[in-house]
Amino acid sequence: MRMIERIGEWFDHRLQLAAPIRDAVEHPVPRNTASWWYVFGSAALTVFLLQLATGILLALIYVPSADQAWSSLQALNHDIALGWFIRALHGWGSNFMVAIVLIHMMQVFLFGAYKFPRELTWIVGVFLLLMTLGMAFTGQVLRFDQDAYWGLGIGASIASRVPVIGSAVVKLMLGGPIIAGATLSRFFALHVFVVPGSLIAFVGLHLLMVLKLGINEWPMPGRIVKRATYEREYHELTKNDGAPFVPYAIWKDMFFAAFILIAVGACAVYFGPFGPTGRPDPTIIQTVPKPDYFFLWLYAVLSLLPPSLETPVLLVGPVIVIVGLLLLPFLSGEGEKSWKRRPIAVLTVLLIAIALGTFTHLAEHAPWSPHMNAWSSDPLPDRMLHSTTALERQGALVFQVKQCRNCHALGEAGGERGPTLDSVAVRLTQDQLIRQVIQGGGNMPAYGKNLSPAETTALVAFLGTLHPAGQAPARDDSRETVLGDGADKRPGLQP
Amino acid sequence: MSNETMLTRRGLFMKIGMLFNGLVGTALAVPIVQFLLSSVTRGRANGYLSWVPLGHVNEFPEGQTRLATFRNPYVMPTDGKTADTACWVRRVAGNEFQVFAVNCAHLGCPVRWFPQSGLFMCPCHGGAYYRDGSRASGPPERGLFEYPYKVEDGQIVIHAGELPTPGPSASLSTRKPSCA
Repeated sequence: MRMIERIGEWFDHRLQLAAPIRDAVEHPVPRNTASWWYVFGSAALTVFLLQLATGILLALIYVPSADQAWSSLQALNHDIALGWFIRALHGWGSNFMVAIVLIHMMQVFLFGAYKFPRELTWIVGVFLLLMTLGMAFTGQVLRFDQDAYWGLGIGASIASRVPVIGSAVVKLMLGGPIIAGATLSRFFALHVFVVPGSLIAFVGLHLLMVLKLGINEWPMPGRIVKRATYEREYHELTKNDGAPFVPYAIWKDMFFAAFILIAVGACAVYFGPFGPTGRPDPTIIQTVPKPDYFFLWLYAVLSLLPPSLETPVLLVGPVIVIVGLLLLPFLSGEGEKSWKRRPIAVLTVLLIAIALGTFTHLAEHAPWSPHMNAWSSDPLPDRMLHSTTALERQGALVFQVKQCRNCHALGEAGGERGPTLDSVAVRLTQDQLIRQVIQGGGNMPAYGKNLSPAETTALVAFLGTLHPAGQAPARDDSRETVLGDGADKRPGLQP
Repeated sequence: MSNETMLTRRGLFMKIGMLFNGLVGTALAVPIVQFLLSSVTRGRANGYLSWVPLGHVNEFPEGQTRLATFRNPYVMPTDGKTADTACWVRRVAGNEFQVFAVNCAHLGCPVRWFPQSGLFMCPCHGGAYYRDGSRASGPPERGLFEYPYKVEDGQIVIHAGELPTPGPSASLSTRKPSCA
């Protein structure tokens, strides 16, 4: 024991770090901040440290070469002992880190912690969020599979829309004219050196300011932040009703951090590593690329925006969001901190959470994507073929063979790009069906050139049978007048 | 007075030191920036595009659209399979062709050809194109990217080498990148 003490003294005589460290860990915090609401920052830091450790471990095996990255991931998954587990920890750690950073940000916003004098802490935090998202995206690229390859293509397509310098930005991003070896290498440099280095520096700044300025006190409705008096009030609060951070508050941070690590580990064991999906070979085009979880909302937005709005939203949207976040502490640097008196703040958080949640949920289903194999693999429900004529059956065949099923569901199977056609005959008359099939419109391609008149007749005959048992199909009143007797004798329309 | 003289003397050396470092820094920055931007500047100087053969015209039956692959003309040793590129070749008639990039004009996902319905469909956001590459439906704002082609000695040759992107200058229908 004496020996250890003497060694400790020897080091401290030279380093002189013991006193400042003691001051830092024992600095007084307001008692009411020792709350379970104040654990997310330290949890984010813990997961970040986990990412550093697992990242270094992965780098022992991973090869950042377009030729071999995918094989080295396979080796990690299958050949190296527990390689799958380290990959799974890193992948799930990434998801947890994004989630915790977002929750931390939301808590800090709702507790008014960004107000004077902690504006810069917030601003550094905004950059930490951007870097965390940057790590998530570049990490998805390093998992060099089909999703990564085509995800880069999407990134390049977005970057190319920057006016004037778009093409240069694409080549800078890809490191060449195409997605290839240089692309992976530069994303490796970003993911392993540039962004983590900046993250470490910014986390240091962020923590330093938390220590220097003190943790945000629990917001009390009616306790107004004023530049002139806040610091004196905070000082008095910590003096009169404060307690040393260690051990008074830190035990909750430690419990939560351990809980999060267990959760990451449990997900890693139970769900396993992410991918890799197919080999990143651009000549294999039978692929349905999808972004990772935290970019799914963007995938939905890009599908649902009207084409004319897409480029402005893609290019201007992020700028507005980032500038808005950076300006926030200057626009409301004083005043009420408590969420109980800030209804707009609460509604904003709810709106953003619901919007992102809805887009993410939509993107998990991706109703806008055609089902590329529906035409050849989804069976027609029996009831739709029961007691149909030869012509109608021919129409059903046309319906499948011409890939209508890829975008239109029947009996809940098929694409959802276009409307479900289970009862289309109730909505559209025969003439309207013919017009829609031949001319398209309303986001449907025109099939006029790809259907012979006989095929169109058969197809429309089949579509005409698609109505619920008790409901008559739609019909034009004028049809009988125009065509005379027998006009409405299209098959399948018997009541 | 003497104090000021002392300051000026030390100060002068410090300023010279700063200037010296500034000069060296600038001198170093020039090659560093050149290196960083090399992927952009090379594209401007020599261009990445060149003529690449896709195969004999007889491999592409008239009236059909088939997938062809080519090795990107600009390759790095570590590129592996990523330098292989696919494209859709439509032989309209005789020596009249259309060669489309597989990349959707919306966000670059690979479109698939469905000969039965005569449509290219994109699996990502649901863009669709007619057999001649023109836009049929969905989010794309334009038709498929087309490679310039020519027929030489019975071979179909296309002018390729860059990832086609929907940005204004990356369009393949212009033979050279028109601007930055």
